[in-house]
Amino acid sequence: MDMTFLLQLLINGLVVGSIYSLVAVGFVIIYKATSALNLAQGEFLMVGAYICLDLLSKHNIPFVQSLLITLAFSALLGLIVERLILRPLIGSHLISVIMVTLGLSSILKALVQLAYGTDTIPFPEVFPSAPVQIGPIPVSQGYIYSIACVTILVTILTLFFKYSKTGVAMRATASNQQVSLSMGISVKKMFAISWAISAIVSAVGGILLGTIRGGIDMSLSFMGLKVLPVVILGGLDSILGAIVGGVIIGVLENLSGGYVDPMVGGGAKEVAPYIALILILMFKPYGLFGKKKIERV
Amino acid sequence: MRCGDFKTSYAADMTIFESNSARVMLFLFLGVLFTMPLYTPGYVLDILNRIGIAVIGAVGLNILTGFTGQISLGNAAFMAIGGFSCGYLGTKFGLPFYLCIPLAGLMTAFFGMFVGIPSLRIKGLYLAMATLAAHFIVEFIIVKWESVTGGVAGLSIPVAKLGAFQFDSDRRIFYLIFIIAILSVLFAKNLFRTKVGKAFVAIRDQAISAEVMGVNILKYKLLSFGISSFYVGVAGALVAYQSKIISPETFPITVAIDYLGMIIIGGLGSILGSIYGAIFITLLPELLRISTSALAGPFPLLVAKLAAMKELVFGMFVVGFILFEPAGIAARWHSIKSYWKLYPFSH
Repeated sequence: MDMTFLLQLLINGLVVGSIYSLVAVGFVIIYKATSALNLAQGEFLMVGAYICLDLLSKHNIPFVQSLLITLAFSALLGLIVERLILRPLIGSHLISVIMVTLGLSSILKALVQLAYGTDTIPFPEVFPSAPVQIGPIPVSQGYIYSIACVTILVTILTLFFKYSKTGVAMRATASNQQVSLSMGISVKKMFAISWAISAIVSAVGGILLGTIRGGIDMSLSFMGLKVLPVVILGGLDSILGAIVGGVIIGVLENLSGGYVDPMVGGGAKEVAPYIALILILMFKPYGLFGKKKIERV
Repeated sequence: MRCGDFKTSYAADMTIFESNSARVMLFLFLGVLFTMPLYTPGYVLDILNRIGIAVIGAVGLNILTGFTGQISLGNAAFMAIGGFSCGYLGTKFGLPFYLCIPLAGLMTAFFGMFVGIPSLRIKGLYLAMATLAAHFIVEFIIVKWESVTGGVAGLSIPVAKLGAFQFDSDRRIFYLIFIIAILSVLFAKNLFRTKVGKAFVAIRDQAISAEVMGVNILKYKLLSFGISSFYVGVAGALVAYQSKIISPETFPITVAIDYLGMIIIGGLGSILGSIYGAIFITLLPELLRISTSALAGPFPLLVAKLAAMKELVFGMFVVGFILFEPAGIAARWHSIKSYWKLYPFSH
C-alpha cells in the first residue's frame, strides 16, 4: 500500500514536473537571450489554455487544428509583447523589466477574466481517459500523453538549438551579443524569436495542464510563480537545468503534499518549492547547471 | 524672475523647501488636511485613511527599492508581520496602540533584516525571487500558527485608545494615521540628507564604488532593509487598526505588486513620488468604481467586470509609466512645473 502511494506520488510529480520543465524552458529561453525575467510566463500559459479551450468547445474545431491555431496565436502574442513592451526597455534597469512583466501579467489576467470570467471551465477530453495499468498502479492515459508531448517538444527544441541556423544564432546571441552583431546576426530578431518560442512552449504547457486537470481557471497563472523555484534550482541560464529542475520540484511538491500535508493540515505542497528556493539560493545560488557568474555582493 | 538653478552652497542644495512660498503652501495643505474629518463624509475619509497607510508603506518600500536599489516582492508579507504582531501584542498583552505600533514596526524591521541577509550574497533578480519566496513562506506560517495569528479565521484587533479617546471611527483614526504618515515622510525626507541616506543611494548607484569610498555595504544594506521594513510594518499595524480584523487574506501577493506599482508610477527614489503613487494607486479603483456605476445604465455588464477592469487599468498604467515616464509622476510634475515657471521662455 505504502509503496503504491509513493509510486503514485512520484508519477504525479513526474507529470506535473514535466509541465513545470516545459514552462521553465520557456522562461530560461527568454532569460538566456534577453536577460529579462518574465514574470508573465504563467499568464502566457493561461492565455494559451483559454484560447485552445475556446476553439475546441465553442467553435468545435478538432484538437490538432485548435492546437496549431493556439500556437500561432501564442507566437504572435510573444512577438507583440516583445516588440511593444520589452524592446524599448533593452538596457534599462532590472526593476523596470520586472515591473513591466508584472504589469503585463495584470493586463493578460484581466483580459482573460473579461473574456471568460473567473469560474472553472471544463476542458474537453482530448486524450482517452481510461487508465492503463503500469505495474501495480493505474495511470491515467492523459499523464502518459502529457509526458510524451513534453519529451517530444523538448527534443524538438534541443535539435532546433543544436542544428538549425536560427537556433545556433540564438545561442550565439545568448553567449555574446556584440560578437553576434558583428557576425551579422540580428539580435533584435533573436529577442523576438525567443519570446515567440517561449510563448508557444508555455501555451503547450497550459493545454496539457488543462487536459490533465479537466478544467481551467485563473489559478493557472500561478504556474508562472511556481516556475521560479524550478529555474533557480536548475540554474537560470540552463535549459537542461530547467528540465531537471522541473521534474525535481514537481516530485518534491507531490511528496510533501503526500507526506507532510497530513501532518500539518495542508499547505505544505504549495510552500515546499519556495522553501527549496531559499535553500538553493543560500547554498548553491547558481543552481545545478547554471553558469557560476553570479556577482558576489 | 527665477529662471534657473542658483544654488551656491551645499546647504541650499540640501534644503527641503526651495522657497518660503513652498513652506507656506505645505502648511496650508496640512491645515486643510487636518480639518478634513470635520466636513467630509465617511466614504471619502475611508479612502483618505487608506491613502495615508499607503503613503507610509510606499515611502518605506521606496527607501529599500528606489533609494537602495534592492528589489523586494515581500512587502505584503512584511505588512502581514506588522499587522499580526500588532494584533497579537494588543490582544494577548493588552498593550496600548502607542506601544503596539512601534513594536510591530520593530518586529517587522527585525524580520526584514533577516530576509535582507541573503541580499549580501545575491542581488537583483535573485533577491526579488528570494523575497517572493519569503512571502509565500510567511503566508504559510501565518495560516498555520493559529495560537498567535488566529489562522485562517484571523485576528480581531482591539480599538486603539488614548485615555478615554477611542480611535473607533474613520473620522478619529484619520488623525492617528495621518500624524504617523507625516512623521514618516518627514523622517524619510531627512534621512536622505544624512550620511546614512547618502550611503543607501551610493549602494544603489554603484555598490563597488560605495565600498571603496568606505561605505560598509553589509551594515547599510541591512539598515535599509530594517528601516524600510519598519515603515511597512507600521503600515501593516495601521491596516490592522483600520480594518479591525485581519486574516492572511488581508495581505495577498497583489498587495506587494500594488506597492511596487505605487513607487514605479510615483517615481523611484523620490519621497514625493511615493506619495503621488500611493494616492494614484489607491484612488484608481475608486475612480473606476464611480465611473462604472455612472455607466451602469447603458452598460450593466461593466459592474460585474469591475475587478478585472481594475487589474487591466493598473497593468496598463504600470506598463505605460515604465515605457513613457520611467521616473514617474514626480518627474513629470517637476517638468510641468518648471515649464510653467519659465513660460513663455522655457528652453
